[in-house]
Amino acid sequence: MNDILITLLIIIIKLGLIFAVVLTMAAYLVLAERKILARMQLRYGPNRVGPFGMFQPVADLIKMLTKEDVCPAGADKYLFLFAPGLAAVTALMSLAVVPFGPTIEIFGQQVPQVVCDLNIGVLYFLGLSSLAVYGIALGGWASNSKYALLASIRGLAQLISYELSMGLAVVPIIMAARSFSLTDIVMAQESLPFVLIYPETFLIFFVSVAAESKRIPFDLPEAENELVAGFHTEYSGMRFGLFFVGEYINMIILGSMTTIFFLGGWHGPLLPPIFWFLFKVLGVAFVFIWMRGTMPRFRYDQLMHFGWKVLMPIALLDVVVRGGFMVWSLGG
Amino acid sequence: MEIMYFYLLAAVAVASGFMVVTCKSPVNNAIALMMTFVCLANFYVMLDAPFMAAIQIMVYAGAILMLIIFTIMLLNLGTAVARKGSHSVVWATVLALLIAMQGYFVINRGEVSGITGEITGEMVKKVGHTELIAKSLFTDFLLPFEIASILLLVAIVGAVIIAKKEV
Repeated sequence: MNDILITLLIIIIKLGLIFAVVLTMAAYLVLAERKILARMQLRYGPNRVGPFGMFQPVADLIKMLTKEDVCPAGADKYLFLFAPGLAAVTALMSLAVVPFGPTIEIFGQQVPQVVCDLNIGVLYFLGLSSLAVYGIALGGWASNSKYALLASIRGLAQLISYELSMGLAVVPIIMAARSFSLTDIVMAQESLPFVLIYPETFLIFFVSVAAESKRIPFDLPEAENELVAGFHTEYSGMRFGLFFVGEYINMIILGSMTTIFFLGGWHGPLLPPIFWFLFKVLGVAFVFIWMRGTMPRFRYDQLMHFGWKVLMPIALLDVVVRGGFMVWSLGG
Repeated sequence: MEIMYFYLLAAVAVASGFMVVTCKSPVNNAIALMMTFVCLANFYVMLDAPFMAAIQIMVYAGAILMLIIFTIMLLNLGTAVARKGSHSVVWATVLALLIAMQGYFVINRGEVSGITGEITGEMVKKVGHTELIAKSLFTDFLLPFEIASILLLVAIVGAVIIAKKEV
């Protein structure tokens, strides 16, 4: 009984820590994005609330919580209220399989730095990212607004298309690590991160991840100058906030996945593993922000053309060539 | 503990399955169907088959149902008009009851195949569910697997040809 209690306690502490850290990170990622973008556009960005604008996320949170929660007339009420939660929850659930560091010992207890090391971790992540589509699709549909509906149809098509190439780009990594478990994949990169061995797979994966994150240059679902604010046009207050936070948590998760699959996870010299992990995730997030500051948006037909006729065949070819090479080198 | 969880899940699965049939708005039907799929995935996890659970979520909830919702949204289907006293409802009820009775009798008599054989519950726990599926798929059942792949390929080619005709 005592053992079960301790295990339960460890899991609860881990969950609490991860939620606190990730939600704070998501809030400050918003601030970081505004600051970095402002610098890239020769502005200052938010700098009024607290020193260097450090309390801006707190002010934003208070504003969102105190705003009126409007449900438009003619909207499907339950789905309208349900969709933002779905968007945030599917984003948060992926965190359960992310390994932040190797197993450590605390008070004589072996504590792995992951909530649950599933032996199908990769599939869990892919499954949840395919469920994440529902948040956008239902939110846009339930709003009873033509802009939101157009945006959610666009978002649906985009996410489904790019999920394929993302899934295919993970296949060579699974073949190399010989496991679906994210911890095993990180362990396999102890000497050399996979990005050096599989540079072309990394490129395919990174482009698909950028498309999955729904940010510029792939921000068709919320193209401001065409669709007002895309699928969350009709949302206000904290429900809009949930969509917003979900998007940034998603950015952190996609950054972690890129780190785990290609950048060697927590491995790195000198510093403790968890710092390396955070450092790499924030690096990927910075590249996302950088892309937003420098790139124009795709046109919709270009997006579909690129996804299905360029990225997909290359990803398939990559799987075949890498797989063939692996079989050949094994002497099979 | 586990049996309580099973009953909870089963209740949700049956209730959402009922909602698939009774809800009038097509999008709500689709959401109820998603709930059923998620419950089924939970059952697979409880039966030590995590790979099946992941595939259930990815293929059914992620791809097939998404396509259904996509179609509903594109066609902008309204609420269905309820028809009363249709013959099909009676026949469907009779059929469902028959199937339920069959299932009940088979389980009660204990005639469940697949208990004997080299792949046992302990083996699944030791080697891993995913590895066992992969192994039998690429050794014992290679021919059916290849035939199924060719069937899917033919379906894809057919879909492309049908889509091309419209332009």
